[in-house]
Amino acid sequence: MLSAALAVTMATGCGTKKNEEKAEENNTAEEGNGTDNAETEDEDNEGNNNQTADAKGAVYYLNFKPEQADQWKALAEEYTGETGVPVTIETAASGTYESTLKSEMAKKQAPTLFQVNGPAGLASWQDYCYDLKDSAVYKNLKSDDFALINDAGEVQGVAYVIETYGLIYNKAILEKYCAMEGAKIKDASEINSFAKLKEVADDMQAKKDELGIQGAFTSAGMDSSSDWRFKTHLANLPIYFEYQEDDIDTTEAIKGTYLDAYKNMWDLYITDSTVEPAMLSGMTGENATAEFGMGEAVFYQNGTWVYNDIAGNEVADEDMGMLPIYIGVGDEANQGLCTGSENYWCVNKNALQEDIDATLDFMEWVITSDTGRKSFRDEMGFVTPFTTFTEEYQPDNPLVAAANEYIDAGKTPIPWVFSTVPSENWKNGVGSALLEYAQGTGEWDAVKSAFVEGWASEYKAVNE
Amino acid sequence: MQNSVKKYFPIFALPTVAAFAIGFFVPFIMGIYLSFCKFTTVTDAKFVGIDNYLKIFSDKTFGHSLWYTAAFTVVSVVLINVLAFAVAMLLTKGIRGTNVFRTVFFMPNLIGGIVLGYIWQLLLNGILANYQKTLTYNAAYGFWGLVILMCWQQIGYMMIIYISGIQNIPGELIEAAKIDGATPVQILRNVTIPMVMPSITICTFLTLTNSFKLFDQNLALTNGEPSNMSELLALNIYYTFYGRAGYEGVGQAKAVVFFILVALIAVVQTRLTRSREVQQ
Repeated sequence: MLSAALAVTMATGCGTKKNEEKAEENNTAEEGNGTDNAETEDEDNEGNNNQTADAKGAVYYLNFKPEQADQWKALAEEYTGETGVPVTIETAASGTYESTLKSEMAKKQAPTLFQVNGPAGLASWQDYCYDLKDSAVYKNLKSDDFALINDAGEVQGVAYVIETYGLIYNKAILEKYCAMEGAKIKDASEINSFAKLKEVADDMQAKKDELGIQGAFTSAGMDSSSDWRFKTHLANLPIYFEYQEDDIDTTEAIKGTYLDAYKNMWDLYITDSTVEPAMLSGMTGENATAEFGMGEAVFYQNGTWVYNDIAGNEVADEDMGMLPIYIGVGDEANQGLCTGSENYWCVNKNALQEDIDATLDFMEWVITSDTGRKSFRDEMGFVTPFTTFTEEYQPDNPLVAAANEYIDAGKTPIPWVFSTVPSENWKNGVGSALLEYAQGTGEWDAVKSAFVEGWASEYKAVNE
Repeated sequence: MQNSVKKYFPIFALPTVAAFAIGFFVPFIMGIYLSFCKFTTVTDAKFVGIDNYLKIFSDKTFGHSLWYTAAFTVVSVVLINVLAFAVAMLLTKGIRGTNVFRTVFFMPNLIGGIVLGYIWQLLLNGILANYQKTLTYNAAYGFWGLVILMCWQQIGYMMIIYISGIQNIPGELIEAAKIDGATPVQILRNVTIPMVMPSITICTFLTLTNSFKLFDQNLALTNGEPSNMSELLALNIYYTFYGRAGYEGVGQAKAVVFFILVALIAVVQTRLTRSREVQQ
């Protein structure tokens, strides 16, 4: 029964390709004898798809970033045109990557190249990861910080894009404020600590009508399109400072040492905001983007990836700046932006060897060829951790430029330690508690317990 | 004739049987098997016994979802059926524009659940914004939001079933009751309702199982917020499956428990209403 079911899926799977007749022929053979024939069928199909006789293998990339779906397709076509190796690009809809990956990986023609979001995401897929130790992508990596390496020394994942987040701000409005009578600061560079930030934000909020804004901060929306900015990205800071103090990289039980700082920042976000706290649960990521883009708010916690969404509105490119997220902990004068990656490439080790080889070749081509690098720079706007991306291959993005300024000034970048949180459930628990606290239906203690006890119980649930 | 039917039976039945096997039977058996396994993808599972079922009981959200779903089901089954029946009564009285009304009431049913969920989220949030609140402010808002949504979507459909039931009542029965001096309320209680009992069976079955299994609308309207408090069972299962690495099996085990629950309730309900049906 099962093999019959599989045969049918195979038939429909192949039906979408050009060579339908071939698939049908194979299908009859398939019926008799399950898995063995499947492999020969794969080879047959590839033989038909390929224009050149010597090209072997095929690439199937399950892409994580919907905003770059078309660009990847175009890049894949160029590669196929150059080498004759078929490259399939599928993109999971926003927020459904894990579920799509789970069902795709169960198929006979599973993705050869897929993504995980870091150590926590890797936990599900570590048994599927091909060791990338000898691959070009790993060899061209600037540092091991950008690779996921397990205890046995296997390179299971390699980051392909580095992103930076912080407090994006509108320079024009801030300048206008600085020029006002009784302004707390004379220049944006004076904001170098939480205390200063709060002072300025509170004052701007009080003078919002004169400044022509709705609030100092964009709405801290807790809709799923926006809540990750707080339950994940903002939570990164207290976690990072705790790791720093305890000199660890990950933990099975967080103590919540800096939760008070987290609370202060959250209070600031929801008080000096464009909307009432009770409205937060319905506010979306688009709301916040629009508020910043239209110049209705000055500060917007988000990252370099949001540039395309805010560009072309009221706020000009040269007016976009980025500040570190000061929460009043550590050496604030030298604090940099939060830089890291949530996008790691993994190669499926259960794929056919020739498909794995084809995939590794494709990855190498993407990061070394002119076409691939130009696409990353111009079309996708990626900053990568690869040495092959020299100066001329940096994208034209004012937020990236701002991020680089901090690094050049010798500020300490904060890594993305949120990739070590035990599970999605932990984030959801913290997010819900934050929301309830914000709208007044819950206490801060609930955030504490979701943060600290939630961590321990999730860690236990995942690692038992 | 009899012979040829027998002879060709397998050929005629094959497509349906095959579709049933592939689309229902095989996944169902696999699903039950997987509920005893730890797995990442469905093709490589490791047997772990009843571990997954034990984990259900340590999960507080499951219990909450269960009673939240039960409350939602009771409220929506009662409301939808009473309102649908009332509308059906009105629209069988021969008032002007009956057909237009029937069509209009039926239309919401043609829109998909996700779309409806988002439309109603906008509508309800628009109203709540006047009071500086949103749908996900409190689980009670989400609850009544869902009830309104489901009523709006399902009343039209159930109305059609009730209308056909009411139209099937022989005119002479009503006439005889009238001649005997029965009041409209008496006619309703003693003639109409007993006669449409088969429609009531179908409609309660449909609304009951629909409400219990509700997923799309829940996902689109509140997504379980705040703090999983407006999460119905189906959504709870979904989030268990995808919420943590290694909990796919627990989600699967919940799904099996869920199936048994829905099946039990449906069987009991059809038994109950069937027994009250009368022969014409």
